Amino acid sequence: MESKTSERKQLLSKIATGNGHGEDSPYFDGWKAYDKDPFHPTNNPYGVIQMGLAENQLCFDLIKDWVLNNPKASICTIEGVDEFKEIAIFQDYHGLPEFRQAIANFMGKVRGNKVKFDPDRIVMSGGATGAHEMIAFCLADPGEAFLVPVPYYPGFDRDLRWRTGVQVVPVHCDSSNDFKITRTALEDAYERAKEANIKVKGLLITNPSNPLGTIIDRETLKGLLSFINEKSIHLVCDEIYAATVFSQPGFVSISEVLEEDPECNRGLIHVVYSLSKDMGFPGFRVGIVYSYNDAVVSCARKMSSFGLVSSQTQHLVASMLSDDQFVDKFIAESKKRLAARYKVFTQGLEEVKIGCLNSNAGLFFWMDLRHLLKEPTDAEEMALWRIIIKEVKLNVSPGSSFHCPEPGWFRVCFANMDNETMEIALQRIRSFVVQAKKPKVPAKEKCWHGNLRLSFKASRRLEDAIMAPHSMSPHSPIPQSPL
Amino acid sequence: MAVGIEKPPVGLSRVAISQTHGENSPYFAGWKAYDENPYDEIKNPSGVIQMGLAENQVSFDLIEEYLKQHPETSTGGDHNSNFRENALFQDYHGLPSFRKALASFMGQIRVGRAKFDPDRVVLTAGATAANELLTFILADPGDALLIPTPYYPGFDRDLRWRTGVKIVPIHCNSSNNFQVTRQALEEAYNSAKAMNVRVRGVLITNPSNPLGATVQRQVLEDILDFVTKKNIHLVSDEIYSGSTFSSSEFVSVAEILEARNYREAERVHIVYSLSKDLGLPGFRVGTIYSYNDKVMTTARRMSSFSLVSSQTQQLLATMLSDKKFTENYIRTNRERLRKRYDMIIEGLKKAGIECLKGNAGLFCWMNLGPFLDKPTRESELVLWSSIVHEVKLNISPGCSCHCSEPGWFRVCFANMSEQTLEVALKRIHDFIKKQR
Repeated sequence: MESKTSERKQLLSKIATGNGHGEDSPYFDGWKAYDKDPFHPTNNPYGVIQMGLAENQLCFDLIKDWVLNNPKASICTIEGVDEFKEIAIFQDYHGLPEFRQAIANFMGKVRGNKVKFDPDRIVMSGGATGAHEMIAFCLADPGEAFLVPVPYYPGFDRDLRWRTGVQVVPVHCDSSNDFKITRTALEDAYERAKEANIKVKGLLITNPSNPLGTIIDRETLKGLLSFINEKSIHLVCDEIYAATVFSQPGFVSISEVLEEDPECNRGLIHVVYSLSKDMGFPGFRVGIVYSYNDAVVSCARKMSSFGLVSSQTQHLVASMLSDDQFVDKFIAESKKRLAARYKVFTQGLEEVKIGCLNSNAGLFFWMDLRHLLKEPTDAEEMALWRIIIKEVKLNVSPGSSFHCPEPGWFRVCFANMDNETMEIALQRIRSFVVQAKKPKVPAKEKCWHGNLRLSFKASRRLEDAIMAPHSMSPHSPIPQSPL
Repeated sequence: MAVGIEKPPVGLSRVAISQTHGENSPYFAGWKAYDENPYDEIKNPSGVIQMGLAENQVSFDLIEEYLKQHPETSTGGDHNSNFRENALFQDYHGLPSFRKALASFMGQIRVGRAKFDPDRVVLTAGATAANELLTFILADPGDALLIPTPYYPGFDRDLRWRTGVKIVPIHCNSSNNFQVTRQALEEAYNSAKAMNVRVRGVLITNPSNPLGATVQRQVLEDILDFVTKKNIHLVSDEIYSGSTFSSSEFVSVAEILEARNYREAERVHIVYSLSKDLGLPGFRVGTIYSYNDKVMTTARRMSSFSLVSSQTQQLLATMLSDKKFTENYIRTNRERLRKRYDMIIEGLKKAGIECLKGNAGLFCWMNLGPFLDKPTRESELVLWSSIVHEVKLNISPGCSCHCSEPGWFRVCFANMSEQTLEVALKRIHDFIKKQR
């Protein structure tokens, strides 16, 4: 039976039998833990809270209102069904003109109207996931590489490499300078690739950054432009979190810097965008490739046949995003709510001396738990992570999943839950940290876990006590923790 | 070298530079002619009539009627949380209710002769994505898929462009109504072997595009035996299965497998889409239905690059779960397509033109062989050019479908009103009269 299976396995391609899909990684344990025991305020209040999913759920009330007030935007309503046929047969890979116009308009507004986008350069793709793969297919041959600063979104390993055969060469960044990208690090990475006989075709940056939540400053962006021009390589900028910049300094898009640099070879610059984060529509699969290179626009457009946006969705998005009043209100309100969330978390963590990287964008913060590691190693980080999942019941993402070279950092998402859940999550982190800081007692691993479990149950009692002010006891119910 | 694509200062990939996307082929002249001078009943009655686009526009009224009577379709029933949940849903397993509805719809098309398990349905953005995806899974760069000619021109791009996989033709001709023979299969396999190319599978379209005919049961059995013998895969693109004029004439490979108790089913994969049967190409709804667990799992993971919009999944889940609607739609659609087919065959016959006997699809396979100067590809293209520029009909020449016999043309009939079809038939009639 086994030989038949392996015989069968050979019947599939190398791409199919390899693990380029990325799902064999240990990080799926966090997801599994959540799936098996998902938090629910009433049905499962001690379940795992999902803080590993970078979703933006803060402004659906605004969107729902708009949808209810604009029935024509849907081709299924009485008001909109007259357009059903025309939309249903529209499969032109150029996309609906009004869709492209609305996206160009939206992208401009998100950048404070400091740049204009040409609707004819907008190419659709199956989400940003599809966009990244498509750009890799256009710019690089199998075996060639992209430089990508660490820490980076784990999906890139699959999106850039799996079916394309393209490689990723990491560019080292660390907390010594708040993870900024330096010229030295870029040159270093480029040389490393050269020595390994790997041809570098481009540099991929995510701005605002996932997982850091920081934006790249103007000087650094200018530096990146001169680096890529010098080396004659492409620059792909993933600006998927552009509208999530919630406080100063303001977002500077590569498009803005490009306008100020007439020397730059525009044919090297490509922007990836999507509505999954800024609008909170990951299900709608609206991915965009915006290239300043005519040949890339042309090629990508043809390739987009493999991942076009549903015309039904194009129609809805075109309608929604051309409503200037709505868009302006949405962008402003979204920033406000994200800022408020960020503040609650970071202040709450500050009170228990947990630091975060100073950031002003994204749907997450980059939490510093280095001081809780017994040793600054990946193994220790994973051990701490497993405790956070199993004992604290939070699915957060360990820095190593983002290829962070410094152990101890964790990405914590905050925009995918309501206020109540947020409070509970914060409580749990705070209780855990308070436990973790108690003087260490040497103990075998078995006892260690046992005591932690006790302490967690006890901290739950503390939470109960806090939630029920009348039963406040002057004596702390929390026993000594061995940590 | 392609016109209009500037040589970039920094190299793009080989894939980007290659011509395998197929758009620089001469057949685009037909499309260009239509774009520059499109027919309109009132505004441009002497324009080019589009008969090169296999779209199904005969049954939209049924869908529009359904939507008008079921306003809850736009929200999936519950207005409150639904938009948010739907907008957030990006699970590559797909909406369970949609998978269930789609599996059921596929079963209904086969009149219950085959059942489909919703958990095996993998969703992709159109059959275009499905076919490419399967190729990535079943073959390595440099390997080949065997495909019977004539075939859908899009396969040249979908199966080869980014995958690096080759297509080796299985030659079919009119001597037996273009059916695949065992000999043709062997010949194709051997020619690949002679080129040192490894064959990974056979891909058939059933019902066939461009022939407009279903594949006979015996031929399906032969193909299944062949792929089993050679230990390769079989992909059956059944995108036109709901467009057979009579439900009893279509035999799906799924039925053959069932009759064989699913022996060797692991090498079989079905591709389907709602672009033709439901006339919804803009919605990008494709599916891979594989009997192989590893293929299914891998396909599902790969579908991340081309998922179906959750908004569209929601709409269609509601609509396709309405069995009364689907049964009526499938039956009415078949009747209307048959009527159109009869109309065009009759009209062409009157002009002295024969077609292949068809029983499915949105087009007929017309034989203009007797009107060629010489039985050559060049002659076919000259005749085609006259039809596009003088007769003002954009039809598809057989050579664009890799037909080895010159003189055949694919003519679409379901993407226009009956009036427009009458005008087209009159033009052909007059053109042929002039030829005599």
